[in-house]
Amino acid sequence: MIAAAPSHASLAAASGADLALWVAVPYICLAVFAVGHVWRYRQDQFGWTSRTSQLLEHRWLRWGSPLFHLGAFMVIAGHVVGLAVPASWTEVVGISEHTYHTTAVWAGSVAGVAMVAGLGMLCARRLLTRRIRLGTDRSDKLLFPLLSATVLLGITATAAHNVFGAGYDYRSTVSVWFRGLFALQPQPEAIAGAPLLFQLHALTACLLFAAWPFTRLVHVWSAPIGYLARPYLVYRRRRTTSTVPASTPPHHSTRRAA
Amino acid sequence: MRVMAQIAMVMNLDKCIGCHTCSVTCKQTWTNRTGVEYAWFNNVETKPGVGYPRRYEDQEHWKGGWMLDKRGRLVLRSGGRIKRLLSLFSNPDLPGIEDYYEPVTYDYDNLVSAPAGQDIPVARPRSVLTGKPTTITWGANWEDGLGGAPEHAGGDPNLTGEWAQKVKFEFEQTFLFHLPRLCEHCLNPACVSACPSGAMYKRVEDGIVLVDQDRCRGWRMCVTACPYKKVYVNHATGKAEKCTFCFPRIEAGQPTVCSETCVGRLRYLGLLLYDADRVGEAAATPDEKDLLDAQRGVFLDPYDSEVIAAARESGIPEDWLEAARRSPVYDLVTRYKVALPLHPEYRTLPMVWYVPPLSPVLDAVDAAGGNQDDPDHVFAAVTRLRIPLEYLAELFTAGDTDVVAGVLMKLTALRSYMRERTLGETGDEAVLKAVGLTAREAEDLHRLLAVANYKDRYVVPAAHKEDAAALSAMENRCPVESSGDPQPAEGRRIMLGIPTLRRRTPEAPAGGRP
Repeated sequence: MIAAAPSHASLAAASGADLALWVAVPYICLAVFAVGHVWRYRQDQFGWTSRTSQLLEHRWLRWGSPLFHLGAFMVIAGHVVGLAVPASWTEVVGISEHTYHTTAVWAGSVAGVAMVAGLGMLCARRLLTRRIRLGTDRSDKLLFPLLSATVLLGITATAAHNVFGAGYDYRSTVSVWFRGLFALQPQPEAIAGAPLLFQLHALTACLLFAAWPFTRLVHVWSAPIGYLARPYLVYRRRRTTSTVPASTPPHHSTRRAA
Repeated sequence: MRVMAQIAMVMNLDKCIGCHTCSVTCKQTWTNRTGVEYAWFNNVETKPGVGYPRRYEDQEHWKGGWMLDKRGRLVLRSGGRIKRLLSLFSNPDLPGIEDYYEPVTYDYDNLVSAPAGQDIPVARPRSVLTGKPTTITWGANWEDGLGGAPEHAGGDPNLTGEWAQKVKFEFEQTFLFHLPRLCEHCLNPACVSACPSGAMYKRVEDGIVLVDQDRCRGWRMCVTACPYKKVYVNHATGKAEKCTFCFPRIEAGQPTVCSETCVGRLRYLGLLLYDADRVGEAAATPDEKDLLDAQRGVFLDPYDSEVIAAARESGIPEDWLEAARRSPVYDLVTRYKVALPLHPEYRTLPMVWYVPPLSPVLDAVDAAGGNQDDPDHVFAAVTRLRIPLEYLAELFTAGDTDVVAGVLMKLTALRSYMRERTLGETGDEAVLKAVGLTAREAEDLHRLLAVANYKDRYVVPAAHKEDAAALSAMENRCPVESSGDPQPAEGRRIMLGIPTLRRRTPEAPAGGRP
């Protein structure tokens, strides 16, 4: 997608800084996101886990983790609707701008507050419980601040502009920019005029996507939906093909079992 | 009939002296690593006692194993599939580290580096989780030999009901025995069924239950589902680990480390053939007390020509069939029926069985002023001294005292008969007949239980040569060592080695690796 040649008048009109921030950065981050996942999946099945720490601390986790995760699901759903679905589509189905706005603010607030509260508890236990703090690795030290920044900027932007403020229609600016990235017709000018909080939120989100494959966030892609359908008892044969040479890379030949 | 083979174990509890050699050698082999300091793939508990982790047998609380729902269907006690997925974010039934114990090391370094002074330097305990000085308040076998029993052992979940109330405060004078425990490598493993990622599996060839470390995503449902609490979370890797039944040794035809090093020579390893198609049906047997017979019904007779034909069809090699016919486990479990499963009521169809100990009954005979060597006294004790019997029944037969009494009678008769024979008398075969043994069978059982030669205890056929190249390709490295991940980081590296302080604090340099 980086190779796609943006040949539009809108790009020519944008300043260098806008091009860098709203075209180059997102595409680089998405490229890192995609390539990083492929690399990690092939190289590091052993590290591909939620890295549960419930064994060491469960009192905060008991509330923090469900709050955070359920809040996050709602927030992600809200972003899909808000960013991916153009305003014209919702109007076609008969949802007025006012209805949309009210629903978005209410549902978004509930979800956002749940997510922030949950994340706050998870960060607190990570910082305050010595056992957990010592088990925190470099990827966590990147992930937790980045995720917190993104979430806090997002909820602050919503609160400042749409709950307490006069209302800001991101669907005609930020969303247009977002869809433009995936349509390979980048429109940096669409977001260039957005309020600072929205811009910062978009940028930290880009960085979060870039960091994603290198953190415990990869466990998202292993959400065990298939469990609902598989047979209860799992039998496996020892591998009996003698064609596997001992020198094959670990991700092909090694099945670690314990 | 779908014939599968399983390497199973039997332990003769009368011989266990609670020396913990099995646990220690197992730990040195498998769990002397960061992240599993608290885990004992093999542990030895004092019974009566609360066990490790604390009160793990209380399934009302921990929700381990299977149960029958209102319609008689077999379901996991921890709930259905949807409930399990909903509890991924926080598992309400997962033991915390405090239910096991906080692992510690000691400031050994202080013994040699302390400045000269009036007092002899001491090595203080230090938590390996926090690196801070700590007080040791619990362990994997805190009440060893009933130590602290008046305080703790009343918490044993097997001490329920009226008979237990009577015994609670005097049982330390009554009886005690040791119970070595490891993964049961069940026929119907609840951990496997609960694993959302499908990372856990039972091997077709030898029935060993394993965790695929590359597929485990750390959802920790296996820990809850296992009623024996023999799956552990490695808190450094965030993945599940469990007893491997020393599969690299088993594949080479060698006994497991715990068996090999058992000084009491009480462990037996051998093959059992079973019908995989009848596992589900047996586990769903309505009455808990029928589970023992149901499970025995799943095992197949290795001398039966139909079974042999079906086994050949399933690809079980000839030398394995021969080993199944020589299996000491088959003899103890099915032929002589002196071995019993641990907590059959969990419905996992466990495959580590136990010859129940006579010693609690013999202690009771002594306490009542009787003679241990007189079978009549012992028989009388088995039928009249209900307390140890009911306790053993809670452990091994879902509360059916008749079955335990039958086994103990058999052991008593065997003991008395062989004693007479050893003393040069003819031996009273009437005693044997009463428990359904012939003189020849008694000698065979005596050879197995009392003489217990190495070659009789362990009949482990090696994995097949045609598989060898694949096996060495798979297992040319430590199962859980660092993969040489390009990804992280000092803190994540998991290596075999001498256990050390996980983190060193500047103010207190500790022993071990720099």
